[in-house]
Amino acid sequence: MASSTTFSTFEPWKDPAEKPYVCIDRVTKKFGDFVAVNDISLDIYRKELFCLLGASGCGKSTLLRMLAGFEEASSGRILIDGMDMAEIPPYERPVNMMFQSYALFPHMNVSQNVSFGLKQEKLTGQVIKTRVEEMLELVKLTQFAKRKPHQLSGGQRQRVALARSLIKRPKLLLLDEPLAALDKKLREHTQFELMNIQEQLGVTFIVVTHDQQEAMTLATRIGVMEEGYIAQVGTPTEIYEFPGSRFVADFIGSVNSFEGRITVDEPDHVIIRMLDQDVDIFVDHGVSASPNARVWAAIRPEKIHISRTDPGQARNVIRGKVKEIAYMGDFSIYLVELAGGRTVRVTQPNLRRGDPERITWDEQVFLHWLPSSIVVLTE
Amino acid sequence: MKRRSLFLISAMVFGFAFLYVPIISLIVYSFNKSKLVTVWAGFSTQWYGALLQNDQILQAAWISLRIATLNATVAMALGTIAGFVLARFKRFRGRTLFTGLVTAPLVMPEVITGLSLLLLFVALESIIGWPSGRGFATITIAHITFSLAYVAVIVQSRLADMDESIEEAALDLGARPLKIFFMITLPIIAPALVAGWLLAFTLSLDDLVIASFVSGPGSSTLPMVIFSKVRLGVSPEINALATILVALVAVGTIIAGVAMLRSQKVRERDVQMAAADN
Ligand SMILES: Nc1ncnc2c1ncn2[C@@H]1O[C@H](COP(=O)(O)OP(=O)(O)OP(=O)(O)O)[C@@H](O)[C@H]1O
Ligand SMILES: [Mg+2]
Repeated sequence: MASSTTFSTFEPWKDPAEKPYVCIDRVTKKFGDFVAVNDISLDIYRKELFCLLGASGCGKSTLLRMLAGFEEASSGRILIDGMDMAEIPPYERPVNMMFQSYALFPHMNVSQNVSFGLKQEKLTGQVIKTRVEEMLELVKLTQFAKRKPHQLSGGQRQRVALARSLIKRPKLLLLDEPLAALDKKLREHTQFELMNIQEQLGVTFIVVTHDQQEAMTLATRIGVMEEGYIAQVGTPTEIYEFPGSRFVADFIGSVNSFEGRITVDEPDHVIIRMLDQDVDIFVDHGVSASPNARVWAAIRPEKIHISRTDPGQARNVIRGKVKEIAYMGDFSIYLVELAGGRTVRVTQPNLRRGDPERITWDEQVFLHWLPSSIVVLTE
Repeated sequence: MKRRSLFLISAMVFGFAFLYVPIISLIVYSFNKSKLVTVWAGFSTQWYGALLQNDQILQAAWISLRIATLNATVAMALGTIAGFVLARFKRFRGRTLFTGLVTAPLVMPEVITGLSLLLLFVALESIIGWPSGRGFATITIAHITFSLAYVAVIVQSRLADMDESIEEAALDLGARPLKIFFMITLPIIAPALVAGWLLAFTLSLDDLVIASFVSGPGSSTLPMVIFSKVRLGVSPEINALATILVALVAVGTIIAGVAMLRSQKVRERDVQMAAADN
């Protein structure tokens, strides 16, 4: 079944017969007393585009640098294609890295930069020449071949760095915030280029980013990191729709979380009593939480409906007053104030232009949602 | 306001006068016909001619130039290695000691450096028989020991500015460390090496104190000859020699300045060109 994978059903991590290409096995990295990477285990499969996502300083670059061989793990093992990397220096690993700073060789022109990797292999000049030309074609830099890095714009430099890391056709490509310096348009364009390159060359990518939008667009799976450890690994949809912790829910997109206590706990549904509101939340799936445990009912802003009229349901409805409206073009954000004074964030698509019926400031409204929209999170 | 600017202007005039009047008078008097330095007796270039006849000065100049060139070259090579170790090897046993040892000559009084080197050479000679006597070799070695420190500091600061991930990128692309040093690091820090070479060259050409300690018969450097001559009284010949040195330094500075200005202009034009294509 896994042999007939197309892009949409590419899920090797679900196939027990599939061997991980990169196996990070309980890796810890300490700088003195400071633990930068804390007991991380991670399996990444061939042709995946795995995104490492996390706040600044959470250890993403350190993990990447250990894969490339610039840092040594304090404990744990890293296997690439089944081979332990501990004793293997960076110049012998089947890995190439694209640096956050691009790290182009300033004294070499574009084609010398790109060909540098090939020149370290025993290849004939003709082979090198054709492959460099092909690669420059791919990143659309052919007419800049003779330029030095300081004669290029930021986006062009970024493409040189990408070409330089791709030319050796590595099995594993590590990209450290590859698109951070680009403007929004160029970034989106390059994201698609990256995905194309991956499909053409079949490379396994590990991409570090702290831009969650980028991770959602690019990734087959996302690993969310928090202070040195992995908080959750999953597909973009899983991470967004079924966050495993409050940290992940908060980090990816925005979320409203209501603290409460479970009053009814059945295998197929639970009812949560909100702490600061006179409201019951009905959840249409079971929850693995100890009775009377503190829980948070998390709900995404776009999954809350807002209306003037009472939807006529006993549960999953709160009254509030519109405090603030932000028009974002394709959608609007409503900040609705509840009885206790806290606000709930709701987004609604702007389906009609200049809708006269639209809810405005200071209106009394009802907020309601489907029982399936709630994610119940424990501590 | 008026008074202040008057003060500033007079301060500036005095400052420049203090710096340049001696040099200008030296140049002017080198063209003096009279043998007395203080009396102007008309224009003449005879002292330059006399300089060419003076074997002692010519020989000293030749020794100085050879020492300076050899010193600059060796100091550049060793200083580069020392600077590289200081900048790139973050933690190794005895790093602080090594840093101290490399940079100590910068702050050490020259008299101490000279004296200690002299003692070392004497001790070496009695133990292993080398260097036999003092002269060209000992002066060169002495100069290398202190100019090396300057080169090391220049190279270290240049390397500290350089993005270390450039070297990591080369490593990542399959090049070995030694190759990276020669193909990536050296070309990038080449300007620092040139600056270090020039500095070591001038330091050696300038040095009187250390050379006096470690030189031997027949190996007097130019500063030593000038100094010993001046003690007997300033002669127009020395003025002529000094004028030549000033002219050489001026020409060198101008060439370096023009070259730097030009490369900066080229760079600016390139940047504009790159910006224009986008
Ligand atoms: N060589 C080092 N010595 C000491 N501490 C280090 C070193 N390198 C990284 N750290 C620390 O390890 C932590 C993780 O660093 P890392 O560079 O991996 O963060 P990051 O997740 O890549 O952050 P960013 O998104 O800002 O790039 C940071 O707190 C950093 O200060
Ligand atoms: Mg980083």
